[in-house]
Amino acid sequence: MKLLLDSTRCQGYGLCQEPSPELIDLDEWGYARVRAAEVPSGGEDAAEAAVAACPNSALRLVK
Amino acid sequence: MTGVISLLPEGRHGLLVPPLGRSEDLDSYLAVGGYAPLVAPQRLLDRIAALGLRGRGGAGFPAAVKLRAVRAAPGPRVVVANGEEGEPGSVKDRWLLRHRPHVVLDGLRLAAAMTGAERGFVYLSDAPAERAVRRALAECAPELRIDVVRTEHTYVAGEESAVVRRINGGPALPTAKPPRPFESGVGGAPTLVANVETLARVAAMYSRPDAADPVAGSHLVTVSGPGGGAALVEVPAGTHLKVLADLSGHGRADAVLLGGLFGGLYGEGWADLPLGHDSLNAVGGALGCGALHFLGPEDCPVAVAVEAAAYLGAQSARQCGVCVSGTGALARALSAVAHGEAGYDTVEKLHRWSRQLPGRGACGLLDAAARIGATLLDRFPDQVDAHRGSGCPACSDAASEDGRRFAVPVP
Repeated sequence: MKLLLDSTRCQGYGLCQEPSPELIDLDEWGYARVRAAEVPSGGEDAAEAAVAACPNSALRLVK
Repeated sequence: MTGVISLLPEGRHGLLVPPLGRSEDLDSYLAVGGYAPLVAPQRLLDRIAALGLRGRGGAGFPAAVKLRAVRAAPGPRVVVANGEEGEPGSVKDRWLLRHRPHVVLDGLRLAAAMTGAERGFVYLSDAPAERAVRRALAECAPELRIDVVRTEHTYVAGEESAVVRRINGGPALPTAKPPRPFESGVGGAPTLVANVETLARVAAMYSRPDAADPVAGSHLVTVSGPGGGAALVEVPAGTHLKVLADLSGHGRADAVLLGGLFGGLYGEGWADLPLGHDSLNAVGGALGCGALHFLGPEDCPVAVAVEAAAYLGAQSARQCGVCVSGTGALARALSAVAHGEAGYDTVEKLHRWSRQLPGRGACGLLDAAARIGATLLDRFPDQVDAHRGSGCPACSDAASEDGRRFAVPVP
């Protein structure tokens, strides 16, 4: 499962990072950075939470 | 004035022949074996794979892999000749379209046959190139239906997802990947977006099978430098950069900016670098679209980095927040270095950004800006240090955002 960020949609809300700090960190301007595109096993729920948290649908999961 | 020079061995025909003051017409192109019927598309595709032809738009991706991906995709397919050359220091694509439109159209026809596409586009911004292509299409339209799509001239307009978006009626701005055009491109169809030099090489490989190997391995290169001496040159892969510098009057150069603005700066040892995607990647650079800008003894690498970063920042499509913030921060930090106002924390930030920013935008513009900063610090530490606390005369009037220093007139 891959967690993909559309950087043209990321507005730097930072909401994705709250439920999933192990998958996403924020840079010094607040934009999201996916730590590794491949979601580690056991991280599926956190990845789904990150996707759901974005108000601008910048994240998606690809199986 | 930009020269046009072939460095291919005597008697070997390349893309820069015949020497032309006008656009090549149909009769001249037929006389060199153009538009020959393609009886075995699979055989040509296998030959392109075997000879390892790489794309000439910048990334150097194997042409056969791209062709096969589109061929293997289901449904109607589309081929695009991409002639939108965004790098200010490159002229090869516009030269080819203006002077040899038939060899590009021939390559597009062959690519359509190899991929099974029934629809083709020529994508460009240059008005003389458009006139030449339309004239060529009026002379001899291949069986393929071909439309010409004009775009505005920007740094990112030739990026393949921007090409697709523009042809689909949108702005010429990159989109997030996936999907890549071979998966979903023009009208949602699997689409081959191929640089016009790549297509011209496909046509030349087919019309001159005996010379296919050297055709696949040669490059069109634009060389420029201080004082305006510039040339469009065709060279075999592996040619040392020194040869190209001497040829264009920049043999005394101290450094070179590689790959247009994409491959970063290179200093000591530049003369012995062999031209090629792999050889330049191996030293942390990039060949990109084949543009080389030499820095003379009077040029300051810091000033060049400042201007390159400022230009890239101004050319950002402003779609990705990280690109707007990142290119802006890089440009400000480099400008601080140039004006002797940078502390150690600025240099530390430049180092960190060079590691953290690449790969984060929808296109490669941010990567290019980050590589300019990184290569300046890595390869010119003494010059960077020398700016600390004191102004540099060459840097005092730098910071122009218009890319003027790098622009080369099309011959």
